[in-house]
Amino acid sequence: MSGQALGLAVSVFLACAVEAIEALTIVLAVGVTRGWRSALSGCAGAIVVLGAATAIVGPGLTSLPIDSLRLVVGGLLLVFGLQWLRKAILRATGLIPRHDEAEIYREEVSAARAAGALHAGFDGYAFTIAFKGVLLEGLEVVFIALTFGANQHRLGLAAAATLTAILLVALVGIAVRAPLARVPENAMKFSVGVMLTSFGIFWGGEGAGASWPGGDAALLAIVPAVLLLSLGLVRLFRTGAAEVPGATVVEA
Amino acid sequence: MKRVVELAAGIWEFVAGDDWVTAAGVILALGLTALISEDGSAWFVMPTAVALLLGFSVWQEARKRDPG
Repeated sequence: MSGQALGLAVSVFLACAVEAIEALTIVLAVGVTRGWRSALSGCAGAIVVLGAATAIVGPGLTSLPIDSLRLVVGGLLLVFGLQWLRKAILRATGLIPRHDEAEIYREEVSAARAAGALHAGFDGYAFTIAFKGVLLEGLEVVFIALTFGANQHRLGLAAAATLTAILLVALVGIAVRAPLARVPENAMKFSVGVMLTSFGIFWGGEGAGASWPGGDAALLAIVPAVLLLSLGLVRLFRTGAAEVPGATVVEA
Repeated sequence: MKRVVELAAGIWEFVAGDDWVTAAGVILALGLTALISEDGSAWFVMPTAVALLLGFSVWQEARKRDPG
């Protein structure tokens, strides 16, 4: 497996795992509180919509000429990656609160309890919340998997990394029947942000007509440079409530 | 027409998030690279732009949240 393919697989797997953990928290909360049938129906409905979006956008992306594809994909990955990275840096510095799955779970459970009486059969509240949660988290995954996969003409590998992450999170979720609060979610988000930004710089630059010194090997310099810049920003802006990404297990 | 505007706004919100300056900066940096890359030597534009954009974005947020 080439370096770029490995980067694709790891980035898509981590991004998907983070989003799947967030979706799991929502589905668990409404499932436990309001009943599993409607919650899982909402989850399945969202997966169908995401599948349809992938089937519509995927072939269109792969049919673009390679330079245009790299420019569009590089630009989108950069904008998206910088958002992930910025948020992960701000969380690591302590400037914004960490993503707390246990707290989010408690909030979702109390909102579900306050949403009115349960009726036998279909529960619109559980369906809608599960549908929206999975759809919104899933859209980011579809976007990342499609752009990464299409640009390298490795949609199969991107799909495999996506499905592996979803299956893993689902299996662990079924086993523990609780939000995955001990997963180092911010460190994962930090890593994905570094990868998306690095590949965005590389492909966006190439798509715009730049030639990288050393060709593909330039990525071996870009990834560590983005990582060092990000860690430097964490150090520079760190507050009392800070954590260094990867240095400790962040209770996300 | 209203639906189209709402859809465009939704897509922009999804892609650019709450930091439109960074999104606009990325587009400008790509444009600048395309403009000066006739001989392919404009590779330095994107890394420089990303360093400046990310640093500015974090600094701006830090200043907003912790003015002291």
